[in-house]
Amino acid sequence: MNGLALVGHQFRYDQKAFWRNPASVFFTVMFPVIVFLILAVVFDGEVVEVRGGIEATTYYVPSIMSLAIISATMQTLAMTLVIAREDGRLKRGRGTPMPPWVFIASRVGNSIVVALMMLALLAAIGGALYGVELPWERLPAILLALVVGAATFCCLGIALTAVIPSQDAAAAIVNALLLPLYFLSGVFIPEDELPDGVIAFADLFPVRHFFHAFFDAYVPAGGPAVAWDDLAILALWGLAGLLLAIKFFRWTPRSGG
Amino acid sequence: MAEAVISISGLRKSYGATEAVRGIDLEVNRGEVFAFLGPNGAGKTTTVEILEGYRRRSGGEVTVLGEDPERAGREWRERIGIVLQSGRLDPYLTVRESLDLYAGYFRAPRPTEDVIALIGLEGKADERTSRLSGGQQRRLDVGMALIGDPELLFLDEPTTGFDPSARRQAWDVIAGLRDLGKTVFLTTHYMDEAQRLADRVVIIAAGRVVARGTPEDLGGRESGETTIRYRRDGREETLTTTTPVQALHELTGAALARGETLEGLEVTRPSLEDVYLELTDAAEMNGTVEGSGR
Repeated sequence: MNGLALVGHQFRYDQKAFWRNPASVFFTVMFPVIVFLILAVVFDGEVVEVRGGIEATTYYVPSIMSLAIISATMQTLAMTLVIAREDGRLKRGRGTPMPPWVFIASRVGNSIVVALMMLALLAAIGGALYGVELPWERLPAILLALVVGAATFCCLGIALTAVIPSQDAAAAIVNALLLPLYFLSGVFIPEDELPDGVIAFADLFPVRHFFHAFFDAYVPAGGPAVAWDDLAILALWGLAGLLLAIKFFRWTPRSGG
Repeated sequence: MAEAVISISGLRKSYGATEAVRGIDLEVNRGEVFAFLGPNGAGKTTTVEILEGYRRRSGGEVTVLGEDPERAGREWRERIGIVLQSGRLDPYLTVRESLDLYAGYFRAPRPTEDVIALIGLEGKADERTSRLSGGQQRRLDVGMALIGDPELLFLDEPTTGFDPSARRQAWDVIAGLRDLGKTVFLTTHYMDEAQRLADRVVIIAAGRVVARGTPEDLGGRESGETTIRYRRDGREETLTTTTPVQALHELTGAALARGETLEGLEVTRPSLEDVYLELTDAAEMNGTVEGSGR
């Protein structure tokens, strides 16, 4: 098989393993849906004071989509790669003729496909239950934000594996990084409720820029659909992640073997 | 003349100040099962991982299938199979899926069904790997190393931690590899495993070769002393001799003449285990063994 055919081959099995893994299905697929439904039930009918006032449910569709995309990419990759590394599965794969880039490309592809599915799933739920329609005319801007964000958080997830020592530590480290940033960046708590200082702090991290870029693309009110400045900052984060990943990613277990 | 598939000369490897491998020379010929025997921490895994291209050596020459493993590429990897000392499987794939996945990595894989039969997992082909016993998982691990139809197979302690029946099944799989004409480089710390499977054995301790030969003649076992034990009038009698045929003839001739039965008659040579323990203990007294088995 040539390189691309091999990526396709690997991808088929990565998809099977992903959908059969209860942890990845729960955290990546069910968790964002549950969080959206809770927030929508609690805040339905309220108005969020952004863009001159929008429905809370209109706010939470793109905000939870951004969470789901980060979860499908950074969280899924960091956790599954650490588990595979500590299991010795990455090392075993390196002993075969498969080029290493094929393996990484397949995992990144798997994450991006799951991110797109989550976009569709949350759009369908938001539309069916709360009348929050996907703004089709802005779809190119939405997909651009998704692809830049997904690529960035894939790179960051792969880079993060370098500082995760064990399988047990993976979930703890990933959640300790991401959960506070979701709160501070306006994902869970609408940004009109957040003090300026909090937003300014969150602006130091990529979650806020992704949320902001994705929200700008999604919510059809005022301003251009593409937040170029946020996307540029995200891309820089992604590049930094990529360089760190290339330098520090390891294929062999940290513990034993 | 035998063709060398692996040749090593003066191999050294240090981790910081610790020397794990201190000058090893050996050759492995095509089609043989070669056992690299030694206690934990002797440098077995370090050596085998240098041969597999996972680790860089500190000194010496290494050729595996005509290439230096540090520089060998994809073509070379088509020709080798590796079973690591510890390595789990993807718990969410079945036996067949795991093998099919790996088959895709190779240009000319063996048919998956062949490999399933070879590792004796016909009844488990559609089970997820998480539902296999430890011994079955290890056999699948061997199957994943075989799927590319390699010329040379590395097995790093393939039966450590097995119960006797799982070990027997794994041995049958490994013995089957010889029949396929594969060259097998096996590391183990079990004497009986080397004795049962290997054509030739090299024993290492503290990073050095302490003995080499066939399992039968290792450590001068062939020419060593033989012990004869029997009971006479309820008393244990022991006799050691370098000429067992003559000693037995005299003993049994005399017993027959007296009409005795020589209850519990037993003739033993030093076991490979005795030789092994003697050699490795001596080596560890002389050189310090530090570091782990890595």
